[in-house]
Amino acid sequence: MSTNITPKRDAQTRPERDGSPQGASIVFEDVGKSFHTPAGGTVTAVEDVNLTVEPGAMTGVIGRSGAGKSTLLRMVNGLERPTTGRIMVAGHDVGAADAGALRMIRRDVGMIFQHFNLLASRTVAGNIALPLEIAGEDRAKIPARVAELIERVGLSAQANRYPAELSGGQKQRVGIARALATSPKVLLSDEATSALDPETTQTVLALLRDINRDLGLTVLLITHEMAVVRDIASHMAVIDGGRIVEAGPTYDVFTQPRHPTTRSFLSGVTGVTLPAFIAGRLRDTPTRGTKEEEVIRVTFAGTHATDPMLALLSRDLGIEVNILAGAVEEIGARPFGNLLVSLDADRAQAAREYLERHGLLTEVLGYVS
Amino acid sequence: MSANLIHLLVEATLQTLYMVAISGLLGALFGLPLGVYLAISQRGELLSSPVINKVLGLVVNATRSVPFIILVVAIIPLTRMIAGTSIGTTAAIVPLTIAAVPFIARLVENAIREVDGGLIEAARSMGATPFQIIRKVLIPEALPSITLGLTLALVSLIGYSAMVGAVGGEGLGDLGIRYGYQRFMPDVMLVVVVILIVLVQLVQSLGEWIAARVDKRAPKSRGN
Repeated sequence: MSTNITPKRDAQTRPERDGSPQGASIVFEDVGKSFHTPAGGTVTAVEDVNLTVEPGAMTGVIGRSGAGKSTLLRMVNGLERPTTGRIMVAGHDVGAADAGALRMIRRDVGMIFQHFNLLASRTVAGNIALPLEIAGEDRAKIPARVAELIERVGLSAQANRYPAELSGGQKQRVGIARALATSPKVLLSDEATSALDPETTQTVLALLRDINRDLGLTVLLITHEMAVVRDIASHMAVIDGGRIVEAGPTYDVFTQPRHPTTRSFLSGVTGVTLPAFIAGRLRDTPTRGTKEEEVIRVTFAGTHATDPMLALLSRDLGIEVNILAGAVEEIGARPFGNLLVSLDADRAQAAREYLERHGLLTEVLGYVS
Repeated sequence: MSANLIHLLVEATLQTLYMVAISGLLGALFGLPLGVYLAISQRGELLSSPVINKVLGLVVNATRSVPFIILVVAIIPLTRMIAGTSIGTTAAIVPLTIAAVPFIARLVENAIREVDGGLIEAARSMGATPFQIIRKVLIPEALPSITLGLTLALVSLIGYSAMVGAVGGEGLGDLGIRYGYQRFMPDVMLVVVVILIVLVQLVQSLGEWIAARVDKRAPKSRGN
């Protein structure tokens, strides 16, 4: 399956061109990766992945553990080499690069980790200096650059502390500063907030969003939490069984999910599910001759999300609507409503047509008597 | 105890320190890189070369299997080749070093292998060369364990150095055997034992103090 993610240059992703490094594109072409098991078999981790991440985009790849998302990410900086296909980062074929070329590519690709991976033997400043030392940066210039990075992530008071003396959120800030040290064009995030509590997660995500906006660098993050994608990713891809099953702008995927895996991730994050007493009685097909209600999901997207559509429906068609569950939330600064309603099955067809005519999406979930 | 005996004890202590210091230094000089290489040449590691790793492992194990007193005698030709003579305190440094190298190598290997693989991955993702990873990540991160390993090696060398009297090496052990045992002078034996205990205690405490200083893994109060 071929998927092209083209970022809309909305407020969330537009880079400020202030002379900072510009993000690079990441292109996966027919990428596959399989591993040999000690028993002599092979395990396919990633298959037939075609994905384009445009420069400056903030893209989230979501998948369950073992779905292949980590392998996908690690191929971008050559920690894993693809078995088939190729991965182009800023026009360089990562899989085909020799050791020297790969080291040069890696200086353009920063990475942050779930467990931070900070050196216990170095202070905050020392950890951030490490990639600069590795890149052979002029020793005299390192302290100024490190101070600038520490300032950016808000850790000036902790510059001379050791990682063991920091909280999880602070450690990840060090990780982010370290990843940015060599002014990379791409930032890879490997479950960067999975080890953090919800509040700290929000502050770390806000920092990533600021960095993406201010530096214009491309961010590719993997996560198993839909909330992370919703909160910061302008684009997303869903990976299942090593394949990308759905991809596109986050808003579109959230409002029009097509694949069951996407839907199951969504139900976890939107919290809009049928109350148990209804779900238990739900049937797939209507029973003839009985007085029944049809249960439908109404999705309000874009400009219609704030219109009083159900009120209008009652007024114009005289149909009464029971609201079973619902929420309105924000994705990429755009409102997105999700309502579960039931209405007279005989008139449901007309109601659905009315709603769709007004730009809402409907989905029949079943029937209850 | 006569002034002569006291003089002998002081001299023997200095000889022991000399042997242990030089063989410890040489042992670390060769054992450290060997240990690092043993750790990173394992299958799937940084400089994976399983065959060389296996061969080196066998040599290390073989050397460590030989009881020290046998090693001292068995390598006399080698000792003569290196030191010019096979007897005396300086000559004893050769077998002591040869015993120290594989011992230190194994301790260093274990210390390096304890370093979290995530750190190696982070360094690789920064574009580090294998040599940079060794110098900037593996050794600094393993330093507390390496320090404790070297302490253990020095303590063992103090013990080994007592056996080199067999090939004319001097020092506290030799003094204890020749005076305390063969000439029935239990007071000399007692003093020798006390000095050895104090030496080991000093080395151990110093090693632990240095290891604690370089260990930043656990949070501690920063009362400087």
